[in-house]
Amino acid sequence: MTAATVIDLDVATVRDLNARLQALGRDSNLGPVHVRHPRGRHALAVGVSAPVDILLDGPVGYYAGGMNDGARIVIDGNAATGVAENMMAGLVRVRGDASQSAGATAHGGLLVIEGNAGARCGISLKGADIVVGGSVGHMSAFMAQSGTLVVCGDAGEALGDSLYEARLFVRGAVRSLGADCEEKPMGAAERALVAALLDRAGMAAIDAASFRCFGSARRLYHFHVDNAQAY
Amino acid sequence: MPADTPRTPPRVSATFDRATIAEIQRAAATGIYDIRGGGAKRRLPHFDDLLFLGASMSRYPLEGYRERCGTDVVLGTRHAKTPIEIRIPITIAGMSFGALSGNAKEALGRGATIAGTSTTTGDGGMTEEERGHSRSLIYQYLPSRYGMNLRDLRRCDAIEIVIGQGAKPGGGGMLLGQKITDRVAAMRDLPPGIDQRSACRHPDWTGPDDLEIKIEELRELTGWEKPIFVKIGASRPYYDVALAVKAGADVVVLDGMQGGTAATQEVFIEHVGLPTLAAIRPAVRALQELGMHRRVQLVVSGGIRSGADVAKALALGADAVSIGTAALIALGDNAPALEAEYQALGTTAGAYDDWHEGRDPAGITTQDPALAARLDPVLGGRRLANYLAVMTMEAQAIARACGKSHLHNLEPEDMVALTMEAAAMTQLPLAGTDWYPGKAPG
Ligand SMILES: Cc1cc2nc3c(=O)[nH]c(=O)nc-3n(C[C@H](O)[C@H](O)[C@H](O)COP(=O)(O)O)c2cc1C
Repeated sequence: MTAATVIDLDVATVRDLNARLQALGRDSNLGPVHVRHPRGRHALAVGVSAPVDILLDGPVGYYAGGMNDGARIVIDGNAATGVAENMMAGLVRVRGDASQSAGATAHGGLLVIEGNAGARCGISLKGADIVVGGSVGHMSAFMAQSGTLVVCGDAGEALGDSLYEARLFVRGAVRSLGADCEEKPMGAAERALVAALLDRAGMAAIDAASFRCFGSARRLYHFHVDNAQAY
Repeated sequence: MPADTPRTPPRVSATFDRATIAEIQRAAATGIYDIRGGGAKRRLPHFDDLLFLGASMSRYPLEGYRERCGTDVVLGTRHAKTPIEIRIPITIAGMSFGALSGNAKEALGRGATIAGTSTTTGDGGMTEEERGHSRSLIYQYLPSRYGMNLRDLRRCDAIEIVIGQGAKPGGGGMLLGQKITDRVAAMRDLPPGIDQRSACRHPDWTGPDDLEIKIEELRELTGWEKPIFVKIGASRPYYDVALAVKAGADVVVLDGMQGGTAATQEVFIEHVGLPTLAAIRPAVRALQELGMHRRVQLVVSGGIRSGADVAKALALGADAVSIGTAALIALGDNAPALEAEYQALGTTAGAYDDWHEGRDPAGITTQDPALAARLDPVLGGRRLANYLAVMTMEAQAIARACGKSHLHNLEPEDMVALTMEAAAMTQLPLAGTDWYPGKAPG
């Protein structure tokens, strides 16, 4: 095990941190990077393409791991708005809770939130996978286009509103479904998908068969006057 | 009744005029609002309502061919390490691949590059066609985030955060199924052939305080190199410009209600937002009060057609202008040579605005490969470059006549207003007076 490179944000600036991490190429073999004292600063470890392990040792501000492109980032604390927004690849794991818009528009990679996520988790999702150990707030997966959201707890109001082709799985209660979101059958393929994601998220102990599946009813795909209330 | 008794002739109502009646009938038959492209078509106070005074005894003009009149602009000098340097103050506005064909995007890039100016992506991501052929390419960051990715963010020359558009301040994007081909669908992560509704609010920030943090993130993602533009539709320009500046924008793009769109509800286009003319003065005042005029550059768009419009926008305080509709016309949109085909579509050259339907005979607002192939991007680029050169020379002719050695030296004092409305909106004196509505007497 290589010794960790330590970057202390009480000494270094956010710019120093990001410049160092972004300078690493995709073929970098740098050992783990330990970022101390993040203290809720914004835009930490954004746009990193190297497959490097980054530990953000404490709570982070907005957009931590934003546009992550291959790094494996662990946040040992809570994350503010937009954690892993527009992630392209890699992993972002939040050991605590995440605020609004977690994983917004993410295209690839895996976002794991061990605690709860606030409103609009997975909004406009574009292909990434999100696993939430706790519950998610209202309007989660709003307009989600593709990818998967797995919620081990409950979902707030208007889950999957105006959903496109993303797939949603919830183990607990769903307060309400948004426009054009409907329950779908939970077959063997769906169970396998959920089981694989839970496994990658380190939550393999949870039974994939205990989830319900939701997807788009596709009634809003072509405008029709009788659906006008849904717009 | 004798045959020669005078009769009341048929009289069309001014309130229920023919177009209004036809629209009610259409709505009743279809149950869907009218969607179209282009900008507001009604008559609005505009640059035509202003005049330049020219030089005379108290000011002297510059010689046409011998005395230089500069046209270059630098956009993004406030924070960015590498601002955009352009030779003319006319840029190409953001128009999406999806709304426009790949060839049209390429032609815009080619024309802009010949003219030494920038072009802009749109709601649908960056195409190789436009990146490859554009010297300066501005990458739009929109609520939908279609096709947004790190590689393109790093290979663009500036980032434009779109908050609104003049044609539809407060509205999201729209692209109808006919234009969601496999390529467009793949770039946007959408199923092909569906009517796409895109969000009008950004997914991960709301309000100016969040925007400041978002801008910081974009700068961190791109090493503080690229200018960050913020584009707003003209609605409350004084406050919106001030808030964009506070949030950290390098450049503010202000788009008035005549500004074009690829597809929006007609009711939205014609009834929401401020005319371009009315929006500039409040925007400039906000910049001046913050000590940021000329430090945060102001780009104005919405109905810019000629060098006179360019000169007037600059004289009111803009640093540059941006064109959408006029650029498409330069490429060949609404060309009279296509009249027979426009007739077949139930319209006529000069009125064609069903850009959302994807059947454009000029091959510009389409994804149909056969139609798109009609537009030669090299020729189109040349035509656009010609047009940009003409507009620039026109603006220079006016500036020299006003005695200015650079387009940026044009100032409000060079102009008067022709109408009370224009005088009130621009605070320029009504022609022949030293008064504008609202000015204290004396
Ligand atoms: C075909 C077309 C597509 C457009 N697409 C976008 C877009 O994707 N994003 C955007 O911010 N504005 C878009 N606009 C608006 C332009 O960027 C610009 O604001 C407007 O065209 C300026 O007004 P003008 O057309 O009168 O020159 C589009 C306009 C047109 C005509």
